[in-house]
Amino acid sequence: MTESRVIGTPFRRVDGRAKVTGETRFADDLSFPRMVFMKMVRATVPHARINHIDLSAARRVDGAVDFLTGEDLPVPYGILPVSHDENALALDKVRFVGEPVVAVAATSEDAADEMARAVRVDYELLETIADAEEALDKPTPEIHERGRGNLSRQASFRFGDVDAGFEAAEMVLEDTFFYDGNTHLPIEQHAAVAVPEDDSRLTLYASTQVPHYLHRTLAKVLGNWSGPLVPAWRIRVIACPNGGGFGGKSDVFNHEIAAAAMALKLGRPVKCTLTRDEVFYCHRGRHPVLMHMRTGFTKDGAMTAQHLRTLLDGGAFGSYGAASTLYTGALQTVTYQLPRYAFDGVRAFTNKPPCGPKRGHGTPQPRFGLEIHLDKAAEKLGMSPAEIRLRNLVEPHAITANWLQLGTVGLGPCIRAVVAGSDFEKRYNQLPPGRGLGLACGSYLTGAGLPINWNQLPQSGVTVQLDRSGGVAVFSGATEIGQGSDSMLAAIVAEVLGVGVDDIHLCVADTALTPVDLGSYSSRVTLMMGNAAVEAAENVRTRLAQVVAEQLGVTVERIGFGGRRVFDIEDPSRNLSFTDAVALAEERFGTLATTGSYKPPRAPGRFRGAGVGPSPTYSYSAAVVEVEVDPRTGIYKIEHIWIGHDIGRSLNPVLVMGQVEGSVYMGLGEAMMEEQVFRRLPRRFREQKGLSGALVHKHPSMLEYKNPTFLEMPEVTTYLIEDPDEKGPFGAKEVGQGPLLPIMPAVANAIYDAVGVRVDQVPIHPHMVLSALQAKAKGKAAHFGPRKFPDVPYGEPLRVPTPDEGGDGRALNETRKKSRHSADGTMPEQKNEEKKHVTPAAV
Amino acid sequence: MREDNSTLLTLRVNGERQRAVFPSHHTLLEVLREECGLTGTKHGCELGECGACAVLVDGKPVLSCLALAADMEGREIETVEGMQDGLALHPLQAAFADLGAAQCGYCTPGMLMTAKALLEENTDPSEDEIRAALAGNICRCTGYLKIIEAVRWAAAQLRGDDWQPPRDAFYGTEVPQEAAFPKEERHD
Repeated sequence: MTESRVIGTPFRRVDGRAKVTGETRFADDLSFPRMVFMKMVRATVPHARINHIDLSAARRVDGAVDFLTGEDLPVPYGILPVSHDENALALDKVRFVGEPVVAVAATSEDAADEMARAVRVDYELLETIADAEEALDKPTPEIHERGRGNLSRQASFRFGDVDAGFEAAEMVLEDTFFYDGNTHLPIEQHAAVAVPEDDSRLTLYASTQVPHYLHRTLAKVLGNWSGPLVPAWRIRVIACPNGGGFGGKSDVFNHEIAAAAMALKLGRPVKCTLTRDEVFYCHRGRHPVLMHMRTGFTKDGAMTAQHLRTLLDGGAFGSYGAASTLYTGALQTVTYQLPRYAFDGVRAFTNKPPCGPKRGHGTPQPRFGLEIHLDKAAEKLGMSPAEIRLRNLVEPHAITANWLQLGTVGLGPCIRAVVAGSDFEKRYNQLPPGRGLGLACGSYLTGAGLPINWNQLPQSGVTVQLDRSGGVAVFSGATEIGQGSDSMLAAIVAEVLGVGVDDIHLCVADTALTPVDLGSYSSRVTLMMGNAAVEAAENVRTRLAQVVAEQLGVTVERIGFGGRRVFDIEDPSRNLSFTDAVALAEERFGTLATTGSYKPPRAPGRFRGAGVGPSPTYSYSAAVVEVEVDPRTGIYKIEHIWIGHDIGRSLNPVLVMGQVEGSVYMGLGEAMMEEQVFRRLPRRFREQKGLSGALVHKHPSMLEYKNPTFLEMPEVTTYLIEDPDEKGPFGAKEVGQGPLLPIMPAVANAIYDAVGVRVDQVPIHPHMVLSALQAKAKGKAAHFGPRKFPDVPYGEPLRVPTPDEGGDGRALNETRKKSRHSADGTMPEQKNEEKKHVTPAAV
Repeated sequence: MREDNSTLLTLRVNGERQRAVFPSHHTLLEVLREECGLTGTKHGCELGECGACAVLVDGKPVLSCLALAADMEGREIETVEGMQDGLALHPLQAAFADLGAAQCGYCTPGMLMTAKALLEENTDPSEDEIRAALAGNICRCTGYLKIIEAVRWAAAQLRGDDWQPPRDAFYGTEVPQEAAFPKEERHD
C-alpha cells in the first residue's frame, strides 16, 4: 500500500452532518404504530422487604394497559458472571431508593405517569447501610442475603518480596486519600423501544453501549418468565447512537428488559424513556474509594515498593464491581517502575444506586493518590515533580511486577511537552502567592485484554461487502456513543481500499445483522474493531489485487489502491477504476464479502485476578494545570491546562483532540465539583418511619449535580504524541479515557503550589482549601482529607513472584483446582444453557 | 382550551404552518417532538437545567421544556430542522461538523439554536460573549472548546470574513522541540 490518505487527516466525522441537522435518531426519537408507554415504579425507601403491591387504583386509570412485577421476571442477571444479583423488577426486597419495583404501561406517557403514581407498595423497613465503613461494621442486615455480610468483593496480592522492597527504601511515605463518587451525566436520558416482530421475534432499540451484553441478558431473562419464551436467535438488539455514554450505558438496565417483556406480553411496541432523576438512580458511576498508600523510595526518587489498600463503596448491586475493585490496583505499575507491589482491595454493598464503570474505570482514584504521593516525595527529596517522574518511567515493552505486558510508552515526550509548554521548570514554585502549577500523569488500557464472558471467541468482527456499483458496505457490532466509532470504521476501510470515507455505507450495532463487537467500553473499539476492519478490508483487497494484477499483467505486489482506482504502483497510468475492479473480481469470485476478527494477545499473568489490567497496549498522558487560588475564600479558578497524550497514531486528529478536551473537561468536573451526595433523613423522621434511616439521593437533578459549564472551562493546549504501537490499527492507541486521569491530581498539586496546602480528596471544594489554610495559619498540618484508614479484613493474599524475581506469572499459594472462574473472576460460558432454552447470544 | 383539556392551534414552525391538537399542559418540547414529528429538538432534563431543548421563539432562545405550547399561537418558532438551506448547511452547522463540536450530538441542536440567536444579535462576539451566551447549555462530550471555535468560525463566515480556526484546532499544538523523542526512547 502507498502512503496513507485518510488516516492522519482531520476529516469531518461520518455522522457529523446528521448530528447538526437533527437527523440522528436516538432511541427516544423512534416511534411505532400502536406504541404504548412504559414507566417504572421505583422504591421510595432504601432498604425494605416488599410486603404487598396494590395495583387496584392504577388499573382504574384511564388509558391503563398492563403491568409487570418481579414475579413475572424471576431470572436474575448481571453484567459479570460472578454477580448475577439483579432482577428487572424487585422480587422480595428493595435495596436503594430508585430501584424498580413495578413496570406499568399505558396508551400515553401522561397515563403511564398517573398509573405509576397510583401503585401502592407496602414495605417493611430494614436498617440501612450508608457507606463502606458502615458496611464493614455491620455485617447485618445483609443487603444481599448470602450469609457473607455486606462485603461484595475482595482481592489481595503480593507481587514480589514487598517487605524486602520496603527494607531497601531510604524514605517511606504514607498517605490516605478519598475519592468521592460521581456520575456520568450523559445529556441523553436512557431510552428503550421494544417492538414485537411477527409472532415470536423481538427487536429492542436502546441507548446502550453494549448491545451484545444486552442481547445475552435478554435471552437469559426471557428464556424463563411469565410470558412467551424467546430464544437468543429471535432477539435483535439495535444500539441507537448514544447521546453520551461515558460508561453509564455499559450495563444492562431494568427498563430495557421490562420494555422487551412488556412488548412480548402485549404484542405491541413499548417505549420507556427515563426521566433525569431516574438516570441518577441507574448510576453505575464512579465508586467512592478510600485509599491508603505506603511507598518506599530511594534518595534518587525511585520507588522500591508500594502497598496500596482500597475500600470501595459499591452501592446496592454487583454490576462491574468485581472488576472495578481489581482496577483500583491494577494500573499502579504501568507508568513508573515499581519493582514490588502489594495491593488489597475490598468493595462493600451499601443502600445506594449501584456503582460501576465511569471513564477511567476504577483507576482515577488510585491515580489521584499516586500522583499526589509522588509530588510529596519529590518535595521531600528536593527534586522537581517532572524529574521524579521522568527518572522512573517504565521501559517500553516491559512486563510489570503485576504481570502486565506493556507496549510503546510515549509518557516521556508527554511530560516534556507539557513541561516545555507551561514553562514548568522555571515557573513551578516561583509564581506569586495564590498562583500555582501542578503536574500529573496517567495511563489507560487500549481495550480490556479479557472479555467479560470468558471464551476464546473474537472480541470484534467486521464484514466488508462490495457491490458492482462500486459501493462498499461495512458491518460491525461496534456502537457509536459520540466517540467516533463509525468514523474510525469508515476511515480504516476507506484507507485500505483507497476509496473515500464518504463512499462507505455502514451498518452497525445490530445483533441480527452485524458481527459481534463486545461494546463501547474499556477504550477497546478503535483497536479491536479497527484491527478486525483492517483484516476484513485487506481480505477483499487481496481479491481485487489478484484480478487487477492479471488484467494488467503484473505481480500482485505491484498493485496499489487510491483515489478510487486500482493501479500499477510502478506505472499508475495503468489502472482500473475501483468499480471496474470490483466487477472483475465479482466475475471471478462471486459475491464479494470478507470478514475480519480480532482477539487480544494472551496476557502473561496466570494468577486468579490477572484478568483485570491486561491490554494490547496502554496510552499515556501528562498534564500541567495552572490555578489561581483566593486564599481568603479557598475559591480557585483553573487558568490553563496543558495536556500531552500518547495516542500511538492519530487516525483523525480533530476527533482525537475532541476526546482529549472532553476528557480534560470531565476530569476537571471530578476535581472541582462533581459528586454523588446522599443523606439520611433527620432523626425524628427516621423514628417516625421505623427502623430505616432513609438514605436519599441529595442530587438527582442536573441543577444540583454541579458540573462545569462554558464559564468554568479553561483554555487547553493539547499535544498529540505519536509513538505508533504495532498492536493498534495503523499504530493507534486509545484516547477516550486516558487524558482524564492526570487532571484531578494535577489540580490538587497546583493548589499546593499556589497556597501550600494539600487537599487529599476530590472533589476539592473551596471550603476544604480554606480549612487547610486556616489549619496552616494555626501552625497545624496544612492538610484536608481523610486521616485514617479502617481495619479491613482483607483475606490471605496471593503471593506472585515478579518477572524480575524469576516468576512464571502464577501465584505460589494458589491451588490449581479446576475453577469455574477465569483469571478475572468471571465464569466460562454456561454449557447447560442451550438445554434450558436460555441460550447465550452468539457470543 | 377545549372541553377535554386539549388545545387546538396553528403553530408556525420553521416558516411552515402546522395544526396540532395536544393536551393543554403539554410543553412546546413535547408538541414539537410528538405532534409535529420534529425530533431534532432534544430533552435532557425537562426542568430547564441542561439547554438541550432550546429553540427560537420570535428569534429569542427559549427552553422548550419550560414553554407551554398553548402560548405559541402566532409566534415564529425555529428548530434545528429549519437551519439548513436545501442541502447546504448553515455556517454554524458546517463549523460544528468540521471541528467535531458535535460528538454524541445530543446537546447540539440546543447549542446551535442558542448560538444562532447570539450571532443574529452580535455578528462578532468575543470568546467571553460566546461563553456567556451558551453558559446555560450543558455538553458532556466536547469540553466546550471546539464549540467556541465553531461559533467564531461561523460568525466570521456570516460576516464574510475569511478568518479560520488555527491549525492547532485540528491537529493539536505542535510539540515543542525539546519534548521530541530522543533517539534512544523511540521504539517503533
